[in-house]
Amino acid sequence: MIPDLGNYAAEVMAAYGLSILLLVGIVAVSLRRGRKVRTQLADVETRRDRANV
Amino acid sequence: MSIWEYANPKKFIATTTPLVPWVLGVAIACLVVGLFWGFFLTPDDFRQGSTVKIIYLHVPAALMAINAWFMMLLASLVWLVRRHHVSALAARAAAPVGIVMTLIALITGAIWGQPMWGTWWAWDPRLTSFLILFLFYLGYIALWEAIEDPDTAADLTSVLCIVGSVFAVLSRYAVNFWNQGLHQGTSVPVATGERTISDVFFVPLVICMVGFGLLFLALVMVRTQTEIRVRRMRALEMRMRS
Repeated sequence: MIPDLGNYAAEVMAAYGLSILLLVGIVAVSLRRGRKVRTQLADVETRRDRANV
Repeated sequence: MSIWEYANPKKFIATTTPLVPWVLGVAIACLVVGLFWGFFLTPDDFRQGSTVKIIYLHVPAALMAINAWFMMLLASLVWLVRRHHVSALAARAAAPVGIVMTLIALITGAIWGQPMWGTWWAWDPRLTSFLILFLFYLGYIALWEAIEDPDTAADLTSVLCIVGSVFAVLSRYAVNFWNQGLHQGTSVPVATGERTISDVFFVPLVICMVGFGLLFLALVMVRTQTEIRVRRMRALEMRMRS
């Protein structure tokens, strides 16, 4: 149930759409990279531990 | 307990890891409530019509774009003076979040400006200083990527951050310095406490501002942890190779 935005519906919807897209994008990229790097570091630490044994 | 203890990477990760889900959760809750309230439950402005709803995105994003740069400045100064790696990495981590905030402020400002001012863009002091701030963000991120040695990169980006702070200050106070241009004065002047918007718009705006602020904080914590881990991974790989 979108409110009546009158003559400026396109502008308001575009502003909200693009902003939410950018916000969701930076959150997703940050969390995904964090998870990826954590896994990679765990791999490197495992390799190091094996090399030290 | 000294604040400098948090400059220890292990201590930083141990402290921030349990905080991140809470801060991120509250940030998302504030954003959902604030934007829903602003979009669905506030009336149109008698002059701006429904474009007034863009304020809930534009003002908090612009606020955080400038505050992010000030946070980077503080972290850069700590790096230059005390050589704490976590502070340099925190500054690096904040830049992509800051540039997204700047982009949102520029885009929503242009979208609002077209119907209200009759133009997407004007070389107005505040708009121009904001565009320069955006370019500084780009340069800052590019400089970090371009230099291989992390300490040298931290030194040079810190200097760039200090120089760019001039434009962060100008972005915030340009309206006061030059009493000209299209951009109106601040909607929520903290110093005087005299609001130029009514409560019906102000309450959801404040909720959105809190949401943007907490989102920035959560993302900086997550990204700083990532930068610390990347640095540790590179150090381990180098040690294993030698």
